[in-house]
Amino acid sequence: MTTLTEARRRRHGGMVNTVVGYAFLIFFALVFIYPFVIQLANSLKTEPDAAANPLSPVPQPLTTAAFDRLLNGDFPLWLGNSVLIAVVVTVGRVFLDSLAGYALARLRFGGRRAIFATIVAIMAVPGVVLFIPKFLVLNQLGIYDTYTALILPLLVDAAGVFIMKQFFESIPLSMEEAARIDGAGVFRTFWSVVLPMARPALITLTILSFQGTWNEFPHTLVAVQDPSLYTLPRGVANLVSGSLGAGTQYPLKLGAALLATIPVAIIFAIFQRYFVRGATEGAEKG
Amino acid sequence: MSSVTTATADRDDRSAGGGRPATNGTGGRPRRRFRLGGGGIRRNERIAGWLFVAPVIVLLGVFFLLPILMAFWVSLTDWRGQGSPFKAGVPFVGTENYTDLFTQDGLARRDFMTSIRNNIYYVAIVVPIQTALALGLALLVNNRMLKGKGFFRTAFFFPSVTSSVAISVVFLFMFANSGAINAILSMFGISGPAWFSDARGLIHLLLGLVGVDNPPSALASGGPLGLSWWDWLSGPSVAMCAIMALVIWTTSGTFMLMFLAALQSVPVSLDEASELDGATRWQRLRYVTLPLLKPTMFLVVTLGLIGTWQVFDQIYVMSQGNPAKTTLTPAFLSYRTAFKDFEYGRGAAIAFVLFLIIVLLTLAQRWVMRDRDKPARRFR
Repeated sequence: MTTLTEARRRRHGGMVNTVVGYAFLIFFALVFIYPFVIQLANSLKTEPDAAANPLSPVPQPLTTAAFDRLLNGDFPLWLGNSVLIAVVVTVGRVFLDSLAGYALARLRFGGRRAIFATIVAIMAVPGVVLFIPKFLVLNQLGIYDTYTALILPLLVDAAGVFIMKQFFESIPLSMEEAARIDGAGVFRTFWSVVLPMARPALITLTILSFQGTWNEFPHTLVAVQDPSLYTLPRGVANLVSGSLGAGTQYPLKLGAALLATIPVAIIFAIFQRYFVRGATEGAEKG
Repeated sequence: MSSVTTATADRDDRSAGGGRPATNGTGGRPRRRFRLGGGGIRRNERIAGWLFVAPVIVLLGVFFLLPILMAFWVSLTDWRGQGSPFKAGVPFVGTENYTDLFTQDGLARRDFMTSIRNNIYYVAIVVPIQTALALGLALLVNNRMLKGKGFFRTAFFFPSVTSSVAISVVFLFMFANSGAINAILSMFGISGPAWFSDARGLIHLLLGLVGVDNPPSALASGGPLGLSWWDWLSGPSVAMCAIMALVIWTTSGTFMLMFLAALQSVPVSLDEASELDGATRWQRLRYVTLPLLKPTMFLVVTLGLIGTWQVFDQIYVMSQGNPAKTTLTPAFLSYRTAFKDFEYGRGAAIAFVLFLIIVLLTLAQRWVMRDRDKPARRFR
């Protein structure tokens, strides 16, 4: 089939099409990648060089002054906060979302349908309308401006429960029933039989949770104000809109943004297909 | 009966078919035992079910549902951030925070309507361009003749997974006065604008090209909802264009993946059959491929509409609503009103109006989808 197509294409002047196709692809690849080249190159430039030659991919002279300043400033603190929060939230989400997803998929108990309907409704609530509500509840509970405020509201997410429920429904019942008949309790069946089979969904959820929490910005904006509780996005945003003001210190700001991007970039490079799955699963839940 | 024999019997049962013992009819022994234990298993399931969902219910209840109710209450008050909004003494103002946005002439309505105007232009430009770009990229990547698909797909998708704050910093630098974009423009002999301090609207600029520099008197005064017709018809500001470029650039990759997934389910034979029938490349795209992509198209447009009404991070980092409020959006206005001006009631009211806009858009899409393309997507 393929050879037949190719032969026919060649007759139709496929060469021209191929060249045009590649030209477009390469043009767009440049558009999508070059900003990251600019980011990397300019973070290694001096300030006058960055202002004079913003497009050049080669720093002249090359300097790590921006990174030295970052590492001797608040940056390590933000990094530590981001790592702590992303890890705790990811572990929490993977565990709690899959527990709930399993219960909604498999266990028969009253109220199950109502709970699932509520979770679907919550998924549809746009995040931006929750800024003030979240602040109000954190304030009322007396946990505003604490690590608890940064972690607890993110610890479960409706979309994660949804993804896990869908996945558990797609795996065959037989193994679980066998385990149950062997006398395993519900939790033991879930933990030792079902979860190991759910590895692809768990990896997807782990990655989406980590990436989402790592990049999370508005929540930190309404949950804390103490600079010692800043995460990377909050700290980087503060560099830009805060004390340093606009228009200056670009190598420093770009360096901070670059370091904040690297962890997700590494995870993306390794687990790309899970990101793809996450994006298309998002499509299905619509 | 010893536990050893129990286990053996169960294993027999499993190997015989693995389904529910009551229906596979392998013999009386497992069925009888199952029925005896049935009541206990059911009760265990009920308890376990509730225990398993309890953390999710508690956390979502406390951090989503309860706060929404709290915010609704606050939106009916004039709470300024002192003490608790749920104690006596907080001024109750009824629906004033809402009516101020629509019927009361004043700064609140002007700002709100300006933010709505900005966001309408933003939606009207970002959604079509990102959808078209995503589709175009998907068609390019899906081309059977080209190699290196994996690389290009990765390149287009990567911006979508990075931090919105970090990438906003990069674009802030690229659109700086002496930044990369203006450097490219100057290669073509164009002197680029000072992007983030340029409040001129695009439509006003276009009118300026044909000599209309000042508002015609018919448009200068009067107009609905507190803005003059001239203000409504400004178009997005130059500053907003930079933000739109960033958003189109970051979101197209995700939508490209959705189109790609749909394209890959289009049978190759269909394309080839139409090719044999003598259809040109364009005709095949127009009459074969695009109709099959319609459900995905609807989905991408809806997600785009919902997402573009929520733009916040980029505004916060890049412009804070400036210059001259031309990048103010309802989401950012809600934040600013509450957390900078300490008018939490009004901020919450803006958030609820925005919520309503997004819900209406979602419902409209569901309604359209229910009528057409029913087999393509199933709703639960």
